[in-house]
Amino acid sequence: MKPSRFSYKRPASWDDAVKLVLAGARPGAGTQSLGPMLNLRLARPDTIADLRHLPDYAGVSVRGDTVRIGAGTTHAALEDGVVPGRLGQIMASVARRIAYRPVRTRGTIGGSLAHADPAADWVAVLPALGGVAVAFGAAGERRLPLANFVTGIFETALAPGEVLRAVEVPMLRDAARWGHWKFCRKIGEFSKATACLLDVPGARPRAVLAALDGPPMVIDDAAALLADPTGEARRIVAGCPGLSPWRQAIAEAALRHAVQGARA
Amino acid sequence: MSRIDITLTVNGEPRELKVEPRDQLADVLRGPLMLTGTHVGCEHGVCGACTIEIDGAPARSCIAHAGSCDGATIRTIEGFGDDEIMRALREAFTREHALQCGYCTPGMLVVGRDVVRRLPDADEARVREEMSGNLCRCTGYRGIVRAIVSVIVARRHARREGACR
Repeated sequence: MKPSRFSYKRPASWDDAVKLVLAGARPGAGTQSLGPMLNLRLARPDTIADLRHLPDYAGVSVRGDTVRIGAGTTHAALEDGVVPGRLGQIMASVARRIAYRPVRTRGTIGGSLAHADPAADWVAVLPALGGVAVAFGAAGERRLPLANFVTGIFETALAPGEVLRAVEVPMLRDAARWGHWKFCRKIGEFSKATACLLDVPGARPRAVLAALDGPPMVIDDAAALLADPTGEARRIVAGCPGLSPWRQAIAEAALRHAVQGARA
Repeated sequence: MSRIDITLTVNGEPRELKVEPRDQLADVLRGPLMLTGTHVGCEHGVCGACTIEIDGAPARSCIAHAGSCDGATIRTIEGFGDDEIMRALREAFTREHALQCGYCTPGMLVVGRDVVRRLPDADEARVREEMSGNLCRCTGYRGIVRAIVSVIVARRHARREGACR
């Protein structure tokens, strides 16, 4: 239950961080997922590059209709309302249900997304909110759609040597409707099925089903799900390979509850 | 892979230490610093026994590793001596039988204090939600929840009385 030996680096610039990662260092942020994996020796990196001291790693800025959220922004900061407006309300409600407060004070939105655990909350929610992930590599910044940023279990669209610098998410009008539901037998444990749905008047409703055995499933036009939650949830889940009957049942329930939440 | 020098401020005192980057903060506190009030349970962030304050916020000291804590300000259960809320919580834990073996208690108190400070209007359901990251294998939680709720209620009354005067 103690990590294997690693050396620890604290890069002072983004360029230094990229150099370290290119040389094989494992990027670390709040280490609330990596920490347990180190202790359990599921991860045995030679070097950890601690990103938390990089300039502008944490923090939120609004530019026009978009909010840029530094990858190092903690779940606790999001829970406490660091993002303004309707989007901030939605993100706060999601953040409050991530693990436990003493985990949220260190765990970060970017760390969680880049770690890409299929059951993680931002992995499920950010594709529904839309926007882009801002990657930083040797060639500078690159923007990748959040809808397909997570590509598999612990796999992302980041190229070798790239680190996640921020996410940029469109602000939402007050009229935006939101539903989010996850199945946890105990508060704070990893979800067994997560679904969310964003319905902005005048735009196509978008839903996500996550905590599957792969990347989150993005339903780009969820109008049919809104019209017939029971039938459409069954049809969507039937298209997810390899789920046992009880997981199919809770995945369907997650989609139905997400619709209910968005209608309430 | 060699040992590195780090500086921590622990319970108000600056400490210089030689550690391995992989050392869990909890082990640094319990070993070289001999602050054994921080208890180590699951070692993967689930049980809450090792919860302390890092830079003023509650955090797990089993999944914060020593290297990453260089420069941090740490407060352990030993560092709350003169804190008004902690004193009230200790009295309430005693009164409500909120502990038996005491293993989970330091973490319960640190998180309980954060709940009292951060959520002055929390009801019993919210306290249960907030305390869900701290496991107790003796009490069945009723005494713990009662103790924390009683401190919140007492402070709410004190606030109202203050406002009436």
